[in-house]
Amino acid sequence: MTVLLVILLSIGIFFNGLGSIGLMRFPDVYTRLHAATKCTTFGSIFTSLSVIVFGFYLWGASGDSKYGVLALHTIVALICIIITNPTGAHAIARAAHRSGVMPKQAVIDELKEANLK
Amino acid sequence: MVSFIVTFLLSFVAYLFLTASQGEILGLWSNYEIIAALIISLIVAAMASRVLFQKKSYHLLNPLRWVIFLGYLVGPFFFAMAKANIDVAYRVITGKINPGIVKISPNLKNDAAITLLANSITLTPGTLSVDIDEKNNDLYIHWINVTNLKPTIEDICGSFPIWARRIAE
Repeated sequence: MTVLLVILLSIGIFFNGLGSIGLMRFPDVYTRLHAATKCTTFGSIFTSLSVIVFGFYLWGASGDSKYGVLALHTIVALICIIITNPTGAHAIARAAHRSGVMPKQAVIDELKEANLK
Repeated sequence: MVSFIVTFLLSFVAYLFLTASQGEILGLWSNYEIIAALIISLIVAAMASRVLFQKKSYHLLNPLRWVIFLGYLVGPFFFAMAKANIDVAYRVITGKINPGIVKISPNLKNDAAITLLANSITLTPGTLSVDIDEKNNDLYIHWINVTNLKPTIEDICGSFPIWARRIAE
Protein backbone atom coordinates (compact mmCIF):
# COMPACT_ATOMS: atom_id res chain seq x y z
CA MET A 1 0.00 0.00 0.00
CA THR A 2 2.72 2.44 1.00
CA VAL A 3 4.65 1.51 -2.15
CA LEU A 4 1.67 2.35 -4.38
CA LEU A 5 1.16 5.69 -2.62
CA VAL A 6 4.83 6.60 -2.89
CA ILE A 7 4.85 5.73 -6.61
CA LEU A 8 1.77 7.89 -7.29
CA LEU A 9 3.13 10.78 -5.24
CA SER A 10 6.55 10.70 -6.86
CA ILE A 11 5.09 10.68 -10.40
CA GLY A 12 2.95 13.66 -9.44
CA ILE A 13 5.80 15.59 -7.82
CA PHE A 14 8.11 14.81 -10.74
CA PHE A 15 5.72 16.32 -13.29
CA ASN A 16 4.82 19.29 -11.09
CA GLY A 17 8.54 19.98 -10.67
CA LEU A 18 9.10 19.74 -14.42
CA GLY A 19 6.29 22.23 -14.92
CA SER A 20 8.03 24.69 -12.61
CA ILE A 21 11.39 24.22 -14.35
CA GLY A 22 9.70 24.71 -17.73
CA LEU A 23 8.19 27.94 -16.46
CA MET A 24 11.74 29.20 -15.88
CA ARG A 25 13.37 27.84 -19.03
CA PHE A 26 10.96 28.63 -21.87
CA PRO A 27 11.31 31.98 -23.68
CA ASP A 28 7.79 33.46 -23.93
CA VAL A 29 4.29 33.34 -22.47
CA TYR A 30 2.87 30.70 -24.83
CA THR A 31 5.58 28.10 -24.38
CA ARG A 32 5.52 28.74 -20.64
CA LEU A 33 1.79 28.04 -20.63
CA HIS A 34 2.53 24.68 -22.26
CA ALA A 35 4.70 23.73 -19.29
CA ALA A 36 2.37 25.28 -16.74
CA THR A 37 -0.88 23.66 -17.90
CA LYS A 38 0.08 20.19 -19.08
CA CYS A 39 2.59 19.30 -16.40
CA THR A 40 0.70 20.70 -13.45
CA THR A 41 -2.60 19.09 -14.51
CA PHE A 42 -0.97 15.70 -14.98
CA GLY A 43 1.02 16.02 -11.77
CA SER A 44 -2.00 17.12 -9.77
CA ILE A 45 -4.03 14.18 -11.11
CA PHE A 46 -1.45 11.81 -9.66
CA THR A 47 -1.05 13.55 -6.29
CA SER A 48 -4.87 13.70 -5.95
CA LEU A 49 -5.12 10.03 -6.96
CA SER A 50 -2.78 9.10 -4.14
CA VAL A 51 -4.97 11.00 -1.66
CA ILE A 52 -8.09 9.29 -3.05
CA VAL A 53 -6.54 5.82 -2.82
CA PHE A 54 -5.30 6.58 0.71
CA GLY A 55 -8.72 7.86 1.78
CA PHE A 56 -10.68 4.89 0.43
CA TYR A 57 -8.14 2.45 1.84
CA LEU A 58 -8.35 3.88 5.35
CA TRP A 59 -12.14 4.09 5.05
CA GLY A 60 -12.28 0.39 4.24
CA ALA A 61 -9.73 -0.53 6.90
CA SER A 62 -11.00 1.54 9.83
CA GLY A 63 -14.65 2.15 8.89
CA ASP A 64 -14.30 5.78 9.96
CA SER A 65 -16.20 7.84 7.40
CA LYS A 66 -13.98 10.91 7.74
CA TYR A 67 -11.45 9.21 5.45
CA GLY A 68 -14.15 8.57 2.85
CA VAL A 69 -15.09 12.24 3.06
CA LEU A 70 -11.45 13.14 2.39
CA ALA A 71 -11.51 11.02 -0.77
CA LEU A 72 -14.85 12.44 -1.96
CA HIS A 73 -13.67 16.03 -1.54
CA THR A 74 -10.46 15.29 -3.40
CA ILE A 75 -12.51 13.89 -6.31
CA VAL A 76 -14.45 17.17 -6.45
CA ALA A 77 -11.18 19.15 -6.41
CA LEU A 78 -9.74 16.94 -9.17
CA ILE A 79 -12.76 17.50 -11.45
CA CYS A 80 -12.46 21.26 -10.90
CA ILE A 81 -8.73 21.22 -11.72
CA ILE A 82 -9.27 19.28 -14.95
CA ILE A 83 -11.98 21.68 -16.14
CA THR A 84 -10.46 25.00 -15.06
CA ASN A 85 -6.79 24.48 -15.93
CA PRO A 86 -7.08 24.36 -19.76
CA THR A 87 -9.80 27.02 -19.68
CA GLY A 88 -7.56 29.38 -17.73
CA ALA A 89 -4.62 28.72 -20.04
CA HIS A 90 -6.82 29.45 -23.04
CA ALA A 91 -7.96 32.74 -21.49
CA ILE A 92 -4.37 33.82 -20.70
CA ALA A 93 -3.11 32.93 -24.20
CA ARG A 94 -6.00 34.75 -25.88
CA ALA A 95 -5.56 37.85 -23.72
CA ALA A 96 -1.80 37.87 -24.35
CA HIS A 97 -2.23 37.68 -28.11
CA ARG A 98 -4.93 40.33 -28.20
CA SER A 99 -2.80 42.72 -26.15
CA GLY A 100 0.04 42.39 -28.63
CA VAL A 101 2.45 39.84 -27.12
CA MET A 102 3.83 37.93 -30.11
CA PRO A 103 5.29 34.43 -29.79
CA LYS A 104 9.11 34.46 -29.82
CA GLN A 105 11.05 32.40 -32.38
CA ALA A 106 7.78 31.72 -34.18
CA VAL A 107 8.02 30.20 -37.65
CA ILE A 108 4.37 31.02 -38.47
CA ASP A 109 1.63 33.17 -36.93
CA GLU A 110 -1.68 32.72 -38.73
CA LEU A 111 -3.63 34.43 -35.98
CA LYS A 112 -1.78 37.70 -36.63
CA GLU A 113 -2.56 37.40 -40.34
CA ALA A 114 -6.23 36.63 -39.68
CA ASN A 115 -6.50 39.82 -37.58
CA LEU A 116 -9.59 38.87 -35.54
CA LYS A 117 -11.44 41.47 -33.57
CA MET B 1 -39.23 21.62 -16.79
CA VAL B 2 -36.36 19.38 -17.87
CA SER B 3 -33.87 22.11 -17.03
CA PHE B 4 -35.45 22.54 -13.57
CA ILE B 5 -35.14 18.82 -12.77
CA VAL B 6 -31.56 18.60 -14.04
CA THR B 7 -30.43 21.68 -12.10
CA PHE B 8 -32.14 20.31 -9.00
CA LEU B 9 -30.39 16.93 -9.28
CA LEU B 10 -26.99 18.50 -9.98
CA SER B 11 -27.13 20.85 -7.00
CA PHE B 12 -28.50 18.04 -4.79
CA VAL B 13 -25.58 15.78 -5.67
CA ALA B 14 -23.06 18.62 -5.27
CA TYR B 15 -24.47 19.47 -1.83
CA LEU B 16 -24.31 15.83 -0.73
CA PHE B 17 -20.73 15.52 -1.97
CA LEU B 18 -19.61 18.56 -0.04
CA THR B 19 -21.43 17.82 3.22
CA ALA B 20 -20.68 14.12 3.57
CA SER B 21 -19.70 13.25 7.15
CA GLN B 22 -21.35 10.88 9.62
CA GLY B 23 -24.96 9.79 9.91
CA GLU B 24 -27.62 7.15 9.31
CA ILE B 25 -27.76 7.07 5.52
CA LEU B 26 -24.89 4.98 4.10
CA GLY B 27 -22.89 6.12 7.10
CA LEU B 28 -22.31 9.47 5.40
CA TRP B 29 -25.36 11.73 5.80
CA SER B 30 -27.86 12.37 8.57
CA ASN B 31 -31.59 12.72 7.85
CA TYR B 32 -31.50 16.46 8.54
CA GLU B 33 -28.73 16.86 6.01
CA ILE B 34 -30.90 15.24 3.31
CA ILE B 35 -33.84 17.52 4.15
CA ALA B 36 -31.60 20.60 4.05
CA ALA B 37 -30.16 19.41 0.71
CA LEU B 38 -33.66 19.01 -0.75
CA ILE B 39 -34.76 22.49 0.32
CA ILE B 40 -31.57 24.23 -0.82
CA SER B 41 -31.50 22.46 -4.19
CA LEU B 42 -35.15 23.38 -4.79
CA ILE B 43 -34.30 27.04 -4.19
CA VAL B 44 -31.20 26.85 -6.40
CA ALA B 45 -33.12 25.09 -9.17
CA ALA B 46 -35.87 27.69 -9.10
CA MET B 47 -33.32 30.49 -9.37
CA ALA B 48 -30.77 29.03 -11.78
CA SER B 49 -32.62 26.64 -14.10
CA ARG B 50 -32.62 29.20 -16.90
CA VAL B 51 -28.83 29.67 -16.69
CA LEU B 52 -27.79 26.08 -17.33
CA PHE B 53 -29.73 25.52 -20.58
CA GLN B 54 -29.65 28.85 -22.34
CA LYS B 55 -30.06 27.37 -25.79
CA LYS B 56 -32.78 24.85 -24.92
CA SER B 57 -30.84 21.93 -26.36
CA TYR B 58 -31.10 18.80 -24.25
CA HIS B 59 -29.18 16.25 -26.31
CA LEU B 60 -26.28 16.29 -23.80
CA LEU B 61 -28.58 14.63 -21.24
CA ASN B 62 -28.47 11.33 -23.12
CA PRO B 63 -26.72 8.83 -20.75
CA LEU B 64 -25.13 7.06 -23.73
CA ARG B 65 -23.13 10.23 -24.40
CA TRP B 66 -21.88 10.23 -20.79
CA VAL B 67 -20.69 6.63 -21.18
CA ILE B 68 -18.85 7.57 -24.38
CA PHE B 69 -17.39 10.60 -22.59
CA LEU B 70 -16.07 8.47 -19.72
CA GLY B 71 -14.61 6.00 -22.19
CA TYR B 72 -12.96 8.89 -24.01
CA LEU B 73 -11.50 10.26 -20.74
CA VAL B 74 -9.87 7.06 -19.54
CA GLY B 75 -8.91 5.78 -23.02
CA PRO B 76 -7.55 7.99 -25.83
CA PHE B 77 -7.55 11.20 -23.76
CA PHE B 78 -5.50 9.88 -20.87
CA PHE B 79 -3.06 8.18 -23.26
CA ALA B 80 -2.58 11.39 -25.26
CA MET B 81 -2.12 13.34 -22.05
CA ALA B 82 0.62 11.01 -20.81
CA LYS B 83 2.34 11.36 -24.20
CA ALA B 84 2.01 15.15 -23.97
CA ASN B 85 3.73 15.22 -20.61
CA ILE B 86 6.65 13.10 -21.73
CA ASP B 87 6.94 15.38 -24.77
CA VAL B 88 6.94 18.55 -22.66
CA ALA B 89 9.40 16.95 -20.22
CA TYR B 90 11.73 16.29 -23.16
CA ARG B 91 11.46 19.90 -24.31
CA VAL B 92 11.97 21.29 -20.82
CA ILE B 93 15.18 19.31 -20.44
CA THR B 94 16.64 19.87 -23.92
CA GLY B 95 15.18 23.31 -24.68
CA LYS B 96 14.47 22.34 -28.31
CA ILE B 97 11.43 24.32 -29.50
CA ASN B 98 10.12 25.48 -32.86
CA PRO B 99 6.88 27.29 -32.04
CA GLY B 100 4.20 28.89 -34.19
CA ILE B 101 0.46 29.56 -34.36
CA VAL B 102 -1.47 27.52 -36.92
CA LYS B 103 -5.10 27.30 -37.93
CA ILE B 104 -7.34 24.23 -38.15
CA SER B 105 -10.97 23.92 -39.24
CA PRO B 106 -12.56 21.05 -37.32
CA ASN B 107 -16.04 21.86 -38.71
CA LEU B 108 -17.83 21.41 -35.39
CA LYS B 109 -21.12 23.21 -34.99
CA ASN B 110 -22.14 23.60 -31.38
CA ASP B 111 -20.46 25.25 -28.42
CA ALA B 112 -20.17 22.17 -26.22
CA ALA B 113 -18.27 20.24 -28.90
CA ILE B 114 -15.89 23.15 -29.57
CA THR B 115 -15.23 23.61 -25.84
CA LEU B 116 -14.50 19.93 -25.40
CA LEU B 117 -12.14 19.93 -28.40
CA ALA B 118 -10.32 23.12 -27.34
CA ASN B 119 -9.77 21.83 -23.81
CA SER B 120 -8.60 18.45 -25.11
CA ILE B 121 -6.16 20.19 -27.46
CA THR B 122 -4.73 22.26 -24.63
CA LEU B 123 -4.03 19.18 -22.52
CA THR B 124 -2.45 17.08 -25.28
CA PRO B 125 0.87 16.89 -27.16
CA GLY B 126 2.58 20.21 -27.82
CA THR B 127 -0.56 22.22 -28.60
CA LEU B 128 -2.42 25.06 -26.85
CA SER B 129 -5.60 26.62 -28.22
CA VAL B 130 -5.20 30.41 -28.35
CA ASP B 131 -8.21 31.87 -30.12
CA ILE B 132 -11.34 30.98 -32.05
CA ASP B 133 -12.94 32.50 -35.12
CA GLU B 134 -16.55 32.54 -34.02
CA LYS B 135 -17.97 32.86 -37.52
CA ASN B 136 -16.87 29.48 -38.82
CA ASN B 137 -15.41 27.87 -35.65
CA ASP B 138 -11.80 27.77 -36.81
CA LEU B 139 -9.37 27.21 -33.96
CA TYR B 140 -6.00 28.98 -33.75
CA ILE B 141 -3.50 26.76 -32.04
CA HIS B 142 -0.05 27.46 -30.61
CA TRP B 143 2.08 24.50 -31.61
CA ILE B 144 5.39 24.06 -29.82
CA ASN B 145 7.08 22.05 -32.58
CA VAL B 146 5.85 23.09 -36.03
CA THR B 147 6.60 20.37 -38.56
CA ASN B 148 4.13 21.40 -41.23
CA LEU B 149 3.04 24.96 -42.02
CA LYS B 150 -0.39 23.88 -43.33
CA PRO B 151 -1.24 21.10 -40.86
CA THR B 152 -4.10 18.68 -41.26
CA ILE B 153 -6.40 18.02 -38.30
CA GLU B 154 -4.71 14.65 -37.72
CA ASP B 155 -1.32 16.38 -37.25
CA ILE B 156 -2.65 18.51 -34.40
CA CYS B 157 -5.16 16.48 -32.48
CA GLY B 158 -5.51 12.98 -33.97
CA SER B 159 -8.99 11.55 -33.55
CA PHE B 160 -10.31 14.17 -31.07
CA PRO B 161 -12.77 15.91 -33.45
CA ILE B 162 -14.41 12.56 -34.16
CA TRP B 163 -14.83 11.95 -30.44
CA ALA B 164 -16.07 15.49 -29.82
CA ARG B 165 -18.65 15.03 -32.56
CA ARG B 166 -19.71 11.67 -31.13
CA ILE B 167 -20.08 13.07 -27.59
CA ALA B 168 -21.53 16.53 -28.03
CA GLU B 169 -23.16 16.86 -31.41
